[in-house]
Amino acid sequence: MTPEEEVEFKRRRRQRNNVIGLVLAGFVILFYLITIVRMGD
Amino acid sequence: MASTPLPAEWRDFFALTKPRVMSLVVFTGLAGLLAAPGTIHPVLGFTAVLCIAMGAGGAAALNQWWEADIDAKMKRTAGRPLPQGRLRRQDARDFGMLLAGASVFVMLVAIHWLAAVVLAFSIFYYAVIYTMWLKPRTPQNIVIGGGAGAFPPLIGWIAVTGEITAMPLLLFAIIFIWTPPHFWALALFVKTDYAEAGIPMMPVVAGEKSTRRQVLAYAVLLFAISLLPWVIGGTGMIYGIAALVLSALFVALSVPVGLRMAQPEDRMQPEKRLFGYSVIYLFALFTALVADRMVLS
Repeated sequence: MTPEEEVEFKRRRRQRNNVIGLVLAGFVILFYLITIVRMGD
Repeated sequence: MASTPLPAEWRDFFALTKPRVMSLVVFTGLAGLLAAPGTIHPVLGFTAVLCIAMGAGGAAALNQWWEADIDAKMKRTAGRPLPQGRLRRQDARDFGMLLAGASVFVMLVAIHWLAAVVLAFSIFYYAVIYTMWLKPRTPQNIVIGGGAGAFPPLIGWIAVTGEITAMPLLLFAIIFIWTPPHFWALALFVKTDYAEAGIPMMPVVAGEKSTRRQVLAYAVLLFAISLLPWVIGGTGMIYGIAALVLSALFVALSVPVGLRMAQPEDRMQPEKRLFGYSVIYLFALFTALVADRMVLS
């Protein structure tokens, strides 16, 4: 892997990790809210 | 197909979900949810629509995983992530399975078992019955594929009511019958390379004349089906009048398409007009349905 490819590799991996982190955080919040709503039923 | 040592970008995974198609799925799913009698907590309503969108995205990813070789042969689809080699094929399959499985699971635990069952069936219908089995085998593939696009309002409705009644089945039928004239109008003026890719599309298999007649026949059928929710008393005047006017215009625009034949150097204006209107038609009809429910309640 050339230095340029390595930079690109790290950039892509970082972006993917950020997106996965955001999605997981979103699901944590969503499941928290669903639980609160369901407990009120 | 080229392979790359670089990890795929998140945008390529997002592209697998066919975001433009998903906007229509979200809209019709939300319309079914809002038009259903009863109420649902906004958080649960959001979750239901999210599950519908995730299920549609998962099915779209599985569709592209299965059709990667076909997509590579056609100009319209050759730029997708898999034919371009920006994504590994098994990653697309795993992503599709994950989205599909997660959507059904969340629908099951958070909303309603029946909504989860219908969502699971809609994904199976699109990814297996349509994509793998019938699309490469019959020129009726668009008619069958229309069924997949027709599920969202049905699922949205069930998420609220927990049951399948005549009204959500009619919403299903409206999109089911709307799809063939919508797509074939496009197929008449866009020269596609389905034939080279081995997909038996109606204009290629049955010819232009037969396709045009069928566009008109489906438009007339759509006129009748779209009025049924009003006729059976499932909606009020707002929807009834909107359906009458919108569907009459749909038939009026289908008549020139159904009765003429393309000439050399034809600009295909009637076909383009019908296709453009068909998109507005569906949005307007479902908006009228929701408006009708809001006024009634």
